[in-house]
Amino acid sequence: MDIPKQIESVAESERGGIKTGEGAKRKAYIIAAKLLMGAATVLTVGVAAFMLIYVMVRGLPNITWELLSTTRSYLENRIGILPDILNTLYTLFTTILIVVPLGVGAAVYLTEYAKSRRLVSAIEFAAETLSGIPSIIYGLVGMLVFCQALGLGNTLMAGVLTLAVMNLPTVMRTAQESLKTVPASYREGAFALGAGKWRVIRTVVLPSCVDGVITGVILSVGRILGESAALLYTAGFAHKLHGYFEGLSSSGATLTVALYVYAKEDGNFEVAFAIASILMIMTLILNAAASAVRHHFKKKRS
Amino acid sequence: MTRRGEIFEGIVHGIFLILGLLTVGCVLLITIYLVAAGIPAIAEIGIVEFLFGTEWAPTSSEPSYGILAFILTSVWGMAGALIIGVPVGFFTAIFVSKFAPAKLKAAIESVVNLLAGIPSVIYGLIGMTVLIPAIRTIFGVANGATLLAAIIVLSVMILPNVISQSVTALDAVPSEYEEASLALGATPTETYFKVSAPAAKSGIAAAVALGMGRAAGEAMAVMMVAGNVANMPSLFSSVRFLTTAIASEMSYASGLRREALFSIGLVLFLFIMLINATLNFFLKGKSKKR
Repeated sequence: MDIPKQIESVAESERGGIKTGEGAKRKAYIIAAKLLMGAATVLTVGVAAFMLIYVMVRGLPNITWELLSTTRSYLENRIGILPDILNTLYTLFTTILIVVPLGVGAAVYLTEYAKSRRLVSAIEFAAETLSGIPSIIYGLVGMLVFCQALGLGNTLMAGVLTLAVMNLPTVMRTAQESLKTVPASYREGAFALGAGKWRVIRTVVLPSCVDGVITGVILSVGRILGESAALLYTAGFAHKLHGYFEGLSSSGATLTVALYVYAKEDGNFEVAFAIASILMIMTLILNAAASAVRHHFKKKRS
Repeated sequence: MTRRGEIFEGIVHGIFLILGLLTVGCVLLITIYLVAAGIPAIAEIGIVEFLFGTEWAPTSSEPSYGILAFILTSVWGMAGALIIGVPVGFFTAIFVSKFAPAKLKAAIESVVNLLAGIPSVIYGLIGMTVLIPAIRTIFGVANGATLLAAIIVLSVMILPNVISQSVTALDAVPSEYEEASLALGATPTETYFKVSAPAAKSGIAAAVALGMGRAAGEAMAVMMVAGNVANMPSLFSSVRFLTTAIASEMSYASGLRREALFSIGLVLFLFIMLINATLNFFLKGKSKKR
């Protein structure tokens, strides 16, 4: 580390600062740095505030009961997003239902069973790789594997499975983090009482990773809600009203995909902004929930 | 333990082993499928022709499948997003980590989380309705859907990654470094820029790599603002990225053209893997030093 050298050079400029020219230069440097910092921060916050307000102002007035409660009908020249809302809920529910047991199971294996360091780092590397793959690639492979090879076709279920793979590393990592904080003495105590390994996991280990799972679920819900590229060619973009099981086995657009279709293909910005404002509100709620959960469990731990 | 109990525990162990290996399986599956789907078209077109051909005209009478324009557009788009996004993110991160009082820090961090959570189609939508008309009027171009619009959208999209990763790195700088510098008479500003930032440089490099990955992999927002024409990249022309080339033609392409899209997917995948390897290099380098 070249820190001592850095400190020395700062000290050097301090000693040199006696000369007036150096002093002025230092002052200019400090002022410039402070200005740039202020400008950057204002820009970041400003862009976020602008996006939030702009979407709300253009979107909220367009939300009507008819839009929320009907389906799209060309005959009656009516646009309704109820099917898209339902598709989003079906997708969220089913993906979470699949990904939580898989992710938690993987985390349990890593913290409770795996003995080989090599295997653990291979699994962790795989998880890192998965979380770095862009969603359009997931869409491409999801289409090849789930729609074609497994014969699901363009259905919500194919989209759900694609999303499950996408979110597996998130749930695994958050569950793993909270499992690491379970004191070894809890496990030892249970073992000493004669419990088998599975019993220890079921009664001691799993209940204590609830906070990690909740965090993972919130993160995943946010990601699923915002996902579009991975769904476009797996779940497709139909706007038909279906029940749950029927919905999973037919093609359907989620709210995000519907937003894209209305904005880009139809040029209908009123509906697009209405959907955007709904998504924005949901994002705000999820962020608040995530920080509340983090706060709650931090308090509980200390 | 009874024999039945042992068998039961063995089965449970086996189930958890399978779940543990699931991530590895998924990575292998994705790699194998992409390679298997991407190689045939590359073989048929010829790798040099495919990677360095400047013309993408799959529907003409003598179809050509060169993706150099997409590759260069992706590289330019990423570089442009970094040029705007990284300085803004870096200065914001120093302010958040070192200057902002606790309450302000929490407030800005929640704003950054909001930016990270906004779905990419909303970025695209705002880009379509605000940015494209603005570029058209300010620069007097006929069509505002340009590489510039994509760069601006991407630079905002990578901000949260750059900021939060950099803040984490800056927060982790040992306070002794800063105290020593302050004790020698350096002002706080000098200390944070000349001591803390260099000490956190591997973390900040990782933040940049993270931003690169997000910029290179983004499809939908870019598809909505970049105009989606297979031109060679230039700031004021409509362009097509690697990601949007796949997304825009997938629904109707067939035959060799469809297979070529999978090859583009493979190229994009390798591109991202390269960036992630860089990211890992920086992160691992950091943990080794500690």
